[in-house]
Amino acid sequence: MKFGIVTFPGSNCDYDAYQAVVEQLGEEAVYLWHKDHDLQKSDVIILPGGFSYGDYLRAGAIARFSPVMQDVSAFAKRGGPVLAICNGFQIACEAGLLPGALLRNASLKYICEFVRLRVETNDTLFTNRYEVGAHMRVPIAHGDGRYTADEATLDKLECEGRVVFRYAGGPADADEWWSPNGSMRAIAGIVNDAGNVLGMMPHPERAVDPLLGSDDGLGVFESVLARVAV
Amino acid sequence: MNRFRIAVHITPRRGILDPQGKTVADALHSLGFPSVRDVHVGRHIVVELEAGDKKAAEQSTREMCERLLANPVTEDYEIASVEAA
Repeated sequence: MKFGIVTFPGSNCDYDAYQAVVEQLGEEAVYLWHKDHDLQKSDVIILPGGFSYGDYLRAGAIARFSPVMQDVSAFAKRGGPVLAICNGFQIACEAGLLPGALLRNASLKYICEFVRLRVETNDTLFTNRYEVGAHMRVPIAHGDGRYTADEATLDKLECEGRVVFRYAGGPADADEWWSPNGSMRAIAGIVNDAGNVLGMMPHPERAVDPLLGSDDGLGVFESVLARVAV
Repeated sequence: MNRFRIAVHITPRRGILDPQGKTVADALHSLGFPSVRDVHVGRHIVVELEAGDKKAAEQSTREMCERLLANPVTEDYEIASVEAA
């Protein structure tokens, strides 16, 4: 299977994603340049983390107008799997591939730390290798990760089982919602209505080897591999 | 065509948590402005453009706000002024 990883000016997790796919998953990966209109026949697209276009105006606001994003949007609308991580999640929201927006962390601080995630559904392209309710140890590294949407959108996401990951690990109860960045309903990751676009602020590609402190994120990549026929 | 200078105010939508505004409000309280009830921190953008007339300049700027300058999910915008540049 071929993963296409988009490199925007300011992307900084494209190489991490490449390593996760090639070294840990053992699959093929290529970089897709933001100025090209060529997805190089990739089976899965990754929008990686970073600070595309310096986060000018709003995180992801400029990147969504990159030439390659027209092709990524068309690919997503045809049902192609898109894994949008961190800045990629912000870009996907700005591009209208996912509902809502990612605003400045409630603490106003950039947060870089391991967090505990709870898998809310395994009925997705990206989480079928996990048990529902499983905990994952995965890092976050963002200043604008506060998921925000209106109540109707949040209710719809919940009713349709589209909240994929929540931050968990309250002081009293490890399973309790606990939002490090002020995300509404502690949402860390969602899918679109067709289920082929996952946006998440935490970095599964940085948690693919025990040497990195955790390999809990590898299942996201294995899930796509298991489900997408090539 | 004439040249116009258009100022746009973009603010977080009311009701959406604005931690930056709250922090500034708290600071103003400690500075001795207890009458401050609320503060919202947004962006002020100035666009210079060519247009046939003032109305066309404003219309064009509105479209820019809808498509790029403001996020329709979380922000409101208003055209603060349109001046001949």
